Amino acid sequence: MVGIITYGVYIPRYRIKVEEIARVWGANGSEISGGLGVFEKSVPDLDEDAATIAVEAARNALLRRKVDPGEIGAVYVGSESHPYAVKPTACTVGEAIGATPNMTAADYEFACKAGTAAIQTCMGLVKSNMITYGLAIGTDVSQGAPSDALEYTAAAGGAAYIIGNDDPIATINHTCSFTTDTPDFWRREGQDYPRHGGRFTGDPGYFKHVKGASNLLLTQMKKTPKDYTYAVFHQPNAKFPQKVAKDLGFVPEQIKPGLVVPHLGNTYSGASPIGLAATLDIARPGDTIFVCSFGSGAGSDAFDIEVTDAILSEKFNRSAAPSVEKLLQNPIYLDYAQYAKHKGKIVMQS
Amino acid sequence: MRDVAVIGVGCTTFGEKWESSFRDLFVEAGALALEDAQLSGEKIDAMYVGNMSAGRFIEQEHIGALIADYAGLSTNHIASTRVEAACASGGLAFRQAVIAVASGMEDIVVAAGVEKMTDVEPGASTDALTGAADREWEGFVGATFPGLYAMIAQDYMHKYHMTREQLAQVAVKNHFNGARNPIAQYQQEITIETVLKSTMVADPLRLFDCSPITDGAAAVIVAPLERAREFTDTPIKVLATAQASDSIALHDRRDISTLDATVAAGQRAFKMAKLSHKDINMVEVHDCFSIAEICAIEDLGFCKKGTAGKFTADGETALGGKIPVNTSGGLKACGHPVGATGIKQVYEIVQQLRGEAGKRQINGAKIGMTHNVGGTGATVAVHILGRV
Repeated sequence: MVGIITYGVYIPRYRIKVEEIARVWGANGSEISGGLGVFEKSVPDLDEDAATIAVEAARNALLRRKVDPGEIGAVYVGSESHPYAVKPTACTVGEAIGATPNMTAADYEFACKAGTAAIQTCMGLVKSNMITYGLAIGTDVSQGAPSDALEYTAAAGGAAYIIGNDDPIATINHTCSFTTDTPDFWRREGQDYPRHGGRFTGDPGYFKHVKGASNLLLTQMKKTPKDYTYAVFHQPNAKFPQKVAKDLGFVPEQIKPGLVVPHLGNTYSGASPIGLAATLDIARPGDTIFVCSFGSGAGSDAFDIEVTDAILSEKFNRSAAPSVEKLLQNPIYLDYAQYAKHKGKIVMQS
Repeated sequence: MRDVAVIGVGCTTFGEKWESSFRDLFVEAGALALEDAQLSGEKIDAMYVGNMSAGRFIEQEHIGALIADYAGLSTNHIASTRVEAACASGGLAFRQAVIAVASGMEDIVVAAGVEKMTDVEPGASTDALTGAADREWEGFVGATFPGLYAMIAQDYMHKYHMTREQLAQVAVKNHFNGARNPIAQYQQEITIETVLKSTMVADPLRLFDCSPITDGAAAVIVAPLERAREFTDTPIKVLATAQASDSIALHDRRDISTLDATVAAGQRAFKMAKLSHKDINMVEVHDCFSIAEICAIEDLGFCKKGTAGKFTADGETALGGKIPVNTSGGLKACGHPVGATGIKQVYEIVQQLRGEAGKRQINGAKIGMTHNVGGTGATVAVHILGRV
């Protein structure tokens, strides 16, 4: 059965506190933190981008399980901050892990859900026997314009999943999607920062699509929220996933392991994949995980996942790569000036 | 002049109506009003539509024709006119409809109001609304409406020593009423703490002192009183219509915490109706900010200048008080789709006078008043309506 063969995460070590960003703009930091449920966010180093984060995450996945890179027949990288507009991140990742040249590759963009769309594509290719393994990655060094609401949460990080049917550590029993043309958040070619529809991103964006895909999955699986051990929702802030979980009938304990946004920020394409990884970090055989991503524009992908005995087998060494909890430890805090330098917001003379 | 009566009313629910366009909103309100009056469209002679800023909010002008068209009335070639006076657009549209019928020029006239405000981001809507102030002397130098009303509040509190808690009670009372109004944008009760702990907008006004950004539409149909019973068993007579103006910039006023246009329109309305404030059973006033309700109830004569804070804190403006104010929830809780607000006020008073106001019904209501303000008080429309 198709499922997750291994997974890996990478989060840059730098952080900036919401209060520090608020200080610069004369805003009330504790009020903003309280409203969003986010206290700090990850910041990439000067030489880190969505591609380096993707490579680190893929390498961490391979540390946990010895998969022959030559057998990875597809690499799909989902991001809204690909370093190049034209030239695939997926090729860089494929080359870095030794999967080239007998593979197909492409970059995906679907705001915050391109990573889960990549997982779905790999599932299809594996199920149809076109490939043995597929590598799906969600990675971002997301952009938030200075002083915009997004700046308080737009973070950096990514997660990589190798999909196959050879003794998976978790089977993906089912997936379905809910997609419409909804302009809640966008960035046009050549623009540095995305724009958004303010409160329109809430009910008509996030909630409509997450509930749409979630209810579709529950109906198709003939399950209720009680049938799952854990649940992971896209987490642009802490409030949205907590509210949607409650509205759908999940309890706080179910989403707790995967709710990493308070001290990580919103890693966009990396967000629900990292939330799932944090849940897999502590999952036991037989645990069931409900996952629903969200990407503006807009759509959601929902997954029914079941952890197998293989997660504890000799083939798979969970502790060979750092857990999400470990990656969130020992951060180096930046002030706004250093953050501005890290994010390339300071224009240098050439 | 002929006597005029309201023969039908309709109103959409108010809120962030993401699924409804500008056209959807006014068609819905118009259809509800026609249904209420058991009237078919071809009997309508004319239409006056209050709308502040469709050009800024949805990039559409020529609203009169648009509405006639989408109401299915363009083939009848009815006279359809847009009326604009910022947030008083609805009140003035109603007044134009009343004048048209009173004069004998028209018989069956629709007065409507509509605003679709959530298609633009908050900064753009704040800027569009700033067009109701003096752009050269206020807007261009950075004043926004919360800022201007905050200056009124500062001046008022300095002069009359109203407490912050008394001011907060305006919002608490309006949310209590909104919680009893099925069309209200906010139907939850709040406490003084809710107001005092909410985000500061412009000192001393906090988030819960401010009316929200709202989508919505309302429509009422007026006819000669002598024909009213052809359409309804409960016609509501228009006892007075009054309008007044003042300097557009706040700093040019004689006294910034008294709206002289409210005083003038109120006096004219009472004179026309041959009534005094003691005859009014309930009033819908323009509480775009909590301080605006404080000024309004004084300037209309319901309490003495400088006493409205205590008057409100004592419960005299609540349901069951001496003069219930904003039984609909007001602009604060019912919502404030700017062009529609003046018509919604008439809608609320008609519901009260018909005894159809449900849990917020004022028992034995016979006479009600509406008070609709444009800008910081440069235009004011006041109407008095009564049971026949």
